[in-house]
Amino acid sequence: MTGLPWQRGNKAMPNDAAQSKTGCAILEAECALETPGLEQESKIEQAVDLPWQVVVHNDPVNLMTYVTMVFQKVFGLPRERAEQHMLEVHQKGRSVLWSGMRERAELYVQQLHGYLLLATLERAV
Amino acid sequence: MEMCRDEDALEIRDLDPFLAELLRQIPASTNAEGTEAAERRLFTSPAAETESELCAEWKVYVQPELRRLFSRATETVAADLQQLDGNTKPFANCTLRIPTRNAEAWLNALNQARLVIATKCNFTDSELCDHYRSPIGSRRDLSLFQVNFYGFLQEWMLRELGSL
Repeated sequence: MTGLPWQRGNKAMPNDAAQSKTGCAILEAECALETPGLEQESKIEQAVDLPWQVVVHNDPVNLMTYVTMVFQKVFGLPRERAEQHMLEVHQKGRSVLWSGMRERAELYVQQLHGYLLLATLERAV
Repeated sequence: MEMCRDEDALEIRDLDPFLAELLRQIPASTNAEGTEAAERRLFTSPAAETESELCAEWKVYVQPELRRLFSRATETVAADLQQLDGNTKPFANCTLRIPTRNAEAWLNALNQARLVIATKCNFTDSELCDHYRSPIGSRRDLSLFQVNFYGFLQEWMLRELGSL
């Protein structure tokens, strides 16, 4: 099948401009303030430093084998690691698959939604 | 029914009319329109409601892309299924040949169909684990059979493609 975003050999989002907009939204909003106070500076630091997590949630319909295959394809995991995450989702209800910069996390969640998995972005605590 | 891989294609041979009809229903079964819960399941929120800006932008920029992706997968499956429409004898067994290049689209469309049917019927976890219920009892039983049959096809495709 052609045209799937994760099969194009690049990691660009379909709407690059739009996605980079979402990725920088917090920063832009905070930087627009001319004289940030201590609390505002702290928020800026959080927005810059805090990684985002890609979380996959349990779903009674998606097959365990299918979920394993998706983890292998999207994250390039070896079979064993993909199965470990799949079992964690199945048994604990959720598994953190990746953490890091927001734009990359958004791309992963988009790919997972493309495979119809229940996936969300969360700020790492 | 015989299922096998033949070089660059997956084949379902000696397909009986009942299962052929279930296959023909895949494209229609992916249609979530009119059922808000099914639509919500296909296009899930990317984050908690507190991330309102992220969720709003996702709807504008990402959901249309996902909608196109799902639509393309369904169209590919519908095109392959046209092979089942050429029978001169309506109750004869037939063969379906799925090019391996279309397998990803099939996996996607089958998953869409399973999720939409399961959401519309509001199947419980225990019902979804009941793989032996007869499809004859009621429309609900038939839908459950459909979900399990499509899941069986997904498993078979994954195995044949070496993903298992």
